[in-house]
Amino acid sequence: MRSGRIIVAGASLAGLAAAESLRANGFTGELVLVGAEPHEPYDRPPLSKTVLSGWLGTDRLLLPTTRNLNARRLLGVAATGLDLAAREVRLADGRVLGFDGLVVATGARARPWPVAQEAALRGVHLLRDRDDADRLRADLAEGPRRVLVVGGGFTGSEVASSCHDLGLPVTVAHRGAAPMASALGDLVGGVIAARQRAHGIDLRVHTTVTALEGESRLRRARLSDGDELDVDVAVVALGSLPNTGWLAGSGLAADAGGADCDPAGRALDRTGAIVPDVYIAGDVARWRHPHFDAAPQTFEHWGNAVAQAEVAGYNLVHAPANPRRTTALPAFWSDQFGLNIKSIGLPHLADEVALTQGSFDRGPFVAAHGRNGITVGAVAVNSPRVLDGYAALVTERAPFPPTINATDSPDLVVHKGPS
Amino acid sequence: MTYPAAVPYRRLLDHANRHNPYPYFAELAGKPIQRLDEHTWIVTGHAEISVLLRDPRLSAQDEVDPRASTGSDGKPVRGPFLMQDPPHHDTLREQTMHQFVPRILGMRPHIETTVARLLDRYVGPGEMDVVEALAYPLPVAVICELLGVPAEEEPVFHSFAARLTRALDPVETLTEQEVADLVETRAEWRKYLLPMISRRQTGPGTDLISGLLTEGGMNTVELTITLGLLLIAGHETTVNLIANGTLALLRNPEVLDRLRADPDLVPSVVEEVLRHDPPVQQTNRRTTADVRVADRIVPAGDKVVLLLPAGNRDPRRFADPDQFWPERPNNTHLAFGGGVHYCLGAALARMEGQAALGALAARLANPRLIADPPPYRPNMLLRGPAELRIAFDDVTKPDTRLPQVAG
Repeated sequence: MRSGRIIVAGASLAGLAAAESLRANGFTGELVLVGAEPHEPYDRPPLSKTVLSGWLGTDRLLLPTTRNLNARRLLGVAATGLDLAAREVRLADGRVLGFDGLVVATGARARPWPVAQEAALRGVHLLRDRDDADRLRADLAEGPRRVLVVGGGFTGSEVASSCHDLGLPVTVAHRGAAPMASALGDLVGGVIAARQRAHGIDLRVHTTVTALEGESRLRRARLSDGDELDVDVAVVALGSLPNTGWLAGSGLAADAGGADCDPAGRALDRTGAIVPDVYIAGDVARWRHPHFDAAPQTFEHWGNAVAQAEVAGYNLVHAPANPRRTTALPAFWSDQFGLNIKSIGLPHLADEVALTQGSFDRGPFVAAHGRNGITVGAVAVNSPRVLDGYAALVTERAPFPPTINATDSPDLVVHKGPS
Repeated sequence: MTYPAAVPYRRLLDHANRHNPYPYFAELAGKPIQRLDEHTWIVTGHAEISVLLRDPRLSAQDEVDPRASTGSDGKPVRGPFLMQDPPHHDTLREQTMHQFVPRILGMRPHIETTVARLLDRYVGPGEMDVVEALAYPLPVAVICELLGVPAEEEPVFHSFAARLTRALDPVETLTEQEVADLVETRAEWRKYLLPMISRRQTGPGTDLISGLLTEGGMNTVELTITLGLLLIAGHETTVNLIANGTLALLRNPEVLDRLRADPDLVPSVVEEVLRHDPPVQQTNRRTTADVRVADRIVPAGDKVVLLLPAGNRDPRRFADPDQFWPERPNNTHLAFGGGVHYCLGAALARMEGQAALGALAARLANPRLIADPPPYRPNMLLRGPAELRIAFDDVTKPDTRLPQVAG
């Protein structure tokens, strides 16, 4: 498809990258970029890090483009409906736009605090977009007595780190056994928990928040361990929900867990059949990564958004008999508490973990993750520059534990059981 | 048994081919990896080199000499951190970075002034050897400034740099005399540095040596070795970058015209020089485990030669790889290596290269090569012209209304 009209629904990283890819691959028709937020596309990872700790303003996050996209930007207008038969997208302002091609890149939103009255208290925050970050930053600047972070996933842990950098006392309540364990595994999560505590974070695992209290402003929080905390700010970091509501009834296979596509990014209908000229990319896309024998899942990673968008743009323009597929291994990073955490593959699938370089107690380390005797992932802490080697091991399905024998490799100890 | 790759590789090492090794790189590039001898492999594929540079199963260090002096980790010193593995590599590199990076951040104006001063010596029609006139003195001045060494010491540094650089070449290209000279040069280098170090021990200044002494944890042996590394790696490489870049611009006058018309092109020009004709020609590793590379398994303990220029001209990665084309998109060359040993001075090299090539393009009127190819220094690993004689109609004064170098 080189002419006609392509709508990219979603104007964040995946949407922008898809628009770039469409133009780079020779699409000369009308390109419409629809975004729910009023802002030009911007980069989200700094929101919980440098933005919160005050190093970077939210006006400094715009994503760069390498070319003039010549795109009509409809910003501040969410897509609210899709009619596949008529090939039309409905917008929040009532407009209806026809399309020849569509890229669904509407991303995800923060999972809200379940009790609406408590969520409405001043001082209770979500963190997903730049307006959230500005509001939270303003509250943190007032010097709250204590910040409660609800949920110790990546966002929660990074928020805790940024608040710690600001000199604020922080409590993290985390339902699981260790922070970020759902992505990194319990063992590595436990190592990071120890390092967070060493920074003075009041980290409570196996603990949930049972109530947020106050008149109009947050004053107290009750925890499942029976404790009651005086807090002025709570950051609800309970994960995200894919923005699929607008696809309801469209015929696409989409539900609260994501919108289904194949590794080429092609949207699937409820029968699993490919829907022509409709592609899905980024946080909203649920798919089965071709390398792993695992259930379809969403990959809410920066690199995945870009890779899927590039593939979608290529396939949509060229419609090749053998479409390109996203084959890059899942990878993500986090910066917190002076730790650079990088992951390759799918460590959370592991049934065995081995420390392959460095030491869990101090300094940098790399842990390899295995499942059924095959290397499926690795996590590097303050050792980002060796991960390509581990990616090669995952790609070639190397036996686990892999032989590294590096100068900083310890004697091998394999930790059995779910990671 | 002889392996087919050994023949073109020998030609690469041969000084007679130093001016143009690229046909042999191309010949070797038919396969991404092949055997050179029973325990040595060469890798020419961009993707393969790129991954191997970031693979912990490739060690950069040699067997330790038990007679060597003791380092700050209580173990025998293995040489500069470029040739060490983590964890001690990381400690030494971090200490060096901590002193190096803040000191180079503000250096661009100083570098541009130095370039201008060096070119101001020429007026009217004439000739210059770009190596002697600019490529050598610029990085020496910069490194002396960094180390807090007075300008009159620059010739001494120049001489040490040239002599120590031979140490990096494959040992089979060195004569016995050269090996003996190297041992002596290293001893002289330590002798030269020790008084400089002890002066700073009693009265530290604001320079990098003082910083490493007072804030780092290096002992004196590690310090002299690290300073030798900074001298060679930060100096000889930049000489070649500037000389190779000048050569490329004069061989491609349409690029030179585009650079003159658009000074903002200079960062891309420097990146393309780094891809097309990189100063560092190879880096070697040893496998610590069996490693699969493309369709081969390199057994543990074998030597792996990563031919960076071959990767930079891998046709699977770069379209028209022999073409010098600064506007090339996504120029992910391998000139600075990658992984834990990624060039510590990359930012400084870029600044120096951009300042030098930007000024040459802006100021030389009608420059042309007097000898093409120019004569090359014997060094294989850090490859570059011994001299680069050019003629010109004039060296114009810099345009002071506009910044010379952008980016």
